[in-house]
Amino acid sequence: MAEEKKDNLITVNIDGQDLQVPPGTNMVEAVKMLGKEVPHYCYHPKLSIAGNCRMCLVEMGMPGRDRATGEPMLNEDGTPKIMWMPGPAIACGTNAAPGMHIKTSSPKAIESREAVTEFLLVNHPLDCPICDQAGECKLQEFSASHGRGYSRFVEEKNVKPKRTRLGPRVTLDDERCILCSRCIRFSQEIAKDDVLGFTDRGSYSTLTCFPGKELANNYSLNTVDICPVGALTSTDFRFKMRVWFLKESKSIDFESSVGCNTVVSSREGKVYRVTPRRNDEVNDTWMPDSGRELYKQIESEDRFSYSSVNGSETSAVEALKAAGEILKGEGVAIVASGRNTVEEQFVLKQIADQVNAKGVYLVARYGDDDGILISKDRNPNVRGALATGLISELPSEKLSALGAQIDSGEVKVVLATKEDLVAAGLSEEQLKKVKLVAIDTHATATTKSADVAIAGLTQFEKSGTLINQQFRIQKFHKVVPGPVGSIDDLAALSAILASLTGETCPSVVGTVWEKIAAEGSIFEGLSFKGIADTGVLLDGSAFSGLAFVEGKSLHFEPKLEEAAAE
Amino acid sequence: MAVHPKEQRLILKYADEPGYTPHIDSYMEHGGYDMLKKAVTMEPQAIMDEVKKSTLRGRGGAGFPCGLKWSFVDRKSGKPIYLVCNCDESEPGTFKDRQIVHKDPHQLIEGIMISCFANNVAKAFIYIREEMPYGAKILDQAILEAKEKNFVGDNVLGSGYSCDIVVHRGAAAYICGEETGLIESLEGKRANPRIKPPYFPAVLGLYNCPTIVNNVETLCNAVHILDMGAEEFTKIGRPNNAGTRIWCVSGGVQRPGYYEVAGLTLGELVYDICGGPLPGRSIKAIIPGGSSMKILKNGERYKGKNPDGTDYNWGLEDIPLDYDGIAAAGSMSGSGGMMVLDDTVSIPAALANLMAFYSHESCGQCTPCREGSLWLKKITSRMVHGEARPEDVDLMLDVAGQIAGRTICAFGFAVAWPVQSYIAKFEDEFRKYAAHLSDPNADRQAIKELACNG
Repeated sequence: MAEEKKDNLITVNIDGQDLQVPPGTNMVEAVKMLGKEVPHYCYHPKLSIAGNCRMCLVEMGMPGRDRATGEPMLNEDGTPKIMWMPGPAIACGTNAAPGMHIKTSSPKAIESREAVTEFLLVNHPLDCPICDQAGECKLQEFSASHGRGYSRFVEEKNVKPKRTRLGPRVTLDDERCILCSRCIRFSQEIAKDDVLGFTDRGSYSTLTCFPGKELANNYSLNTVDICPVGALTSTDFRFKMRVWFLKESKSIDFESSVGCNTVVSSREGKVYRVTPRRNDEVNDTWMPDSGRELYKQIESEDRFSYSSVNGSETSAVEALKAAGEILKGEGVAIVASGRNTVEEQFVLKQIADQVNAKGVYLVARYGDDDGILISKDRNPNVRGALATGLISELPSEKLSALGAQIDSGEVKVVLATKEDLVAAGLSEEQLKKVKLVAIDTHATATTKSADVAIAGLTQFEKSGTLINQQFRIQKFHKVVPGPVGSIDDLAALSAILASLTGETCPSVVGTVWEKIAAEGSIFEGLSFKGIADTGVLLDGSAFSGLAFVEGKSLHFEPKLEEAAAE
Repeated sequence: MAVHPKEQRLILKYADEPGYTPHIDSYMEHGGYDMLKKAVTMEPQAIMDEVKKSTLRGRGGAGFPCGLKWSFVDRKSGKPIYLVCNCDESEPGTFKDRQIVHKDPHQLIEGIMISCFANNVAKAFIYIREEMPYGAKILDQAILEAKEKNFVGDNVLGSGYSCDIVVHRGAAAYICGEETGLIESLEGKRANPRIKPPYFPAVLGLYNCPTIVNNVETLCNAVHILDMGAEEFTKIGRPNNAGTRIWCVSGGVQRPGYYEVAGLTLGELVYDICGGPLPGRSIKAIIPGGSSMKILKNGERYKGKNPDGTDYNWGLEDIPLDYDGIAAAGSMSGSGGMMVLDDTVSIPAALANLMAFYSHESCGQCTPCREGSLWLKKITSRMVHGEARPEDVDLMLDVAGQIAGRTICAFGFAVAWPVQSYIAKFEDEFRKYAAHLSDPNADRQAIKELACNG
């Protein structure tokens, strides 16, 4: 809106108040700009218009013109005479036009909403207290705000099936479905997996998968997110927790360089679900199913929750002291991670400088690009490592160069964070040749053979920032505390740096940022607090010569020369 | 079927002639395809002008002027223009298209080809109702014959104009006959009507290309407009109601059937042509144009002002049998499916029957129609089973009012209009059911019998 040129705006009148809106704005959005709400079910700003729920009916009028002369019709006071449509119009499917008048709370509009609410409830189970969607159900909310408050329906309800499996992650309670078709349109338009449709007719219509198909794509749970009622449910989350008990924290999906914005819901230190958070520049209102599973790593069986020195369990403080001593040795190399935060990478860069590192490595992770919200680069923060100066080239998938340095004796000490060196191509024998400090969240071959192993935190247990494929820096927040025995990665790295320099180092995100945003850096002027919830776009032009691997995704179009380099 | 002297047949002129067959030879012996031969020598715009001048109104239900509809077609988009013949005759009481398809298919094909030529259409579809398999076979055969004679296909009659016709069998739902529902179905999708705007078929129709959707009877008229010229055509019937109209009369008359007439009154059709009510019976009401139209009650006076300022004061039998006449009486001529209800018919039972139909046929897309139609069916069904409540009549009116004009397509009106008009005209009958229920000594069996005996 702010970017629209004033000349292009059109004026509409909503409930007696003039408002300027960009051309093409539908009535729902126009009314929203005024701080009001037109209730709706089928309309979704990121999907095509279906116009079928009829909840958004409003009164609409246009300035009249004399049929014979074509001249504008005027009232006695000279104002345009508004010709009101005889019936209500759908606000979602009607775009604002110059001079249009809209009544959102006239008797006819109110009566229309009451009517639709009554219709939706006649065959709907009235069991909100046991419905899994209670607290997040638009039908429940709108029934309270736009319903009559009593029922005139005395007939036997038309009861539809319960607990229908639509796919591995989605369960349908058909009796609750209000046939808004959001899920169908999402599958067709966003997931490009046209498997859902309605079968049967009239009030007996039911949502179903096409014969022989199931809703199994990696975006299936978005249908649950956008279902306005309790019809589509997440099989994982279903009946686990009442949503009003959940604390919601803003986070980022770590599974690829897209960096989908998410909301992580937790209660009493336990994460229950991950859902998308709207960011029109990154992920709209969607996220992949796979990213919603990442919270399970918090309590996975191989979670590494204690620190050790030479194989013996010890406190984190002891482990950090031992790590500092090891890193004071000769021939130090650092294996950082694209899963480290910008802050961690910044401190790692300082450590690397301090120890005059023989090499700083990142481990690349590549997978298939789905063209939607999973990019080929499965590391969420390779660009962070570039921006902090930790690395200057794109990483390789294997650490063969490091292996050669170890074999030649050039490297005698390795600090590895969030990476399993064996999985990245080093042999067990090569690990035995070096003194090894490992910081990780889960037990790996590396943590098992490390001289010092430090238990770190998952992304759900700490705060920080990541830079996505667009060079958009985005922040995520701590959701739950880490397990006893673990230590915040940033604090661990800062402690190691402090022991190397003999000076105190900032160890929490906010204070580290005071150093990060130094003059002349790509981060100049930024602070953790000052980064908007939807992120800040950084100037990545200094890295435009690198052959980034990402292809086109929902809101990212790689530059042509980069594509050619691919 | 013998032609009644009061009939004025154009479209069905030869259909019932002894020895006349659907074969192309039979059609050509009667001058068939002469108008297509003439058309391809004309400028397309000239044909369009004739159709516009003829004031021909669409015979599908809404009665929208055909020429005007053609003029809305987006001819600047660069996309192909499609023509779809709506042969999904699904309105209860209507069976006129079937007669044309079964008895004179080549007239339809000629009408389609003339219309396609006029509109620069290279591909036309005949969307025929699934329940008319015999008709589909006839059309397939007829198109083959027409192709052999070069009336359809490449380089029609050496004119350089090419156009193909595809017969597409429908998806067996009432809503497939709704203009945009039909287009969705033709595209292979569920026949959910599209929202307008933006999906006005003239701009965004089949495959999002400009599309003309015309009824079978409408397209046949193109042949006759070209034959007699627009001026002569407009002399048939009343001004703004030009041409003949095929009426399908069913119910309580002595000679039900289809009749092609012009310029008559409703009384002339029902009493003179159809022989009036069955012996010993009297006409109670008439549904003029298919079951979704508002009912007209016998004995009522229909009063108002004519366009010229004069007053009219009609009895049922005086109503002019055309678009404007029936509209002036408060209903619509719709699909031409006229149903005559005699004194044996219980109006609530008739409504219950209709609600059972419409609730079954609602596509389920929009909330008011989907839920409201089933609700009305349940109330009316309960009513005729002796379980009406005193408040039911008002509730039905309110529910119908919550549907009408609030849905994507006109199906909402099809559900609501019968309820509103039946209750408006026969409220006492509906109230009688409720009165019986409030009487603890009422004989339930007798109440149920009301549904049979009126």
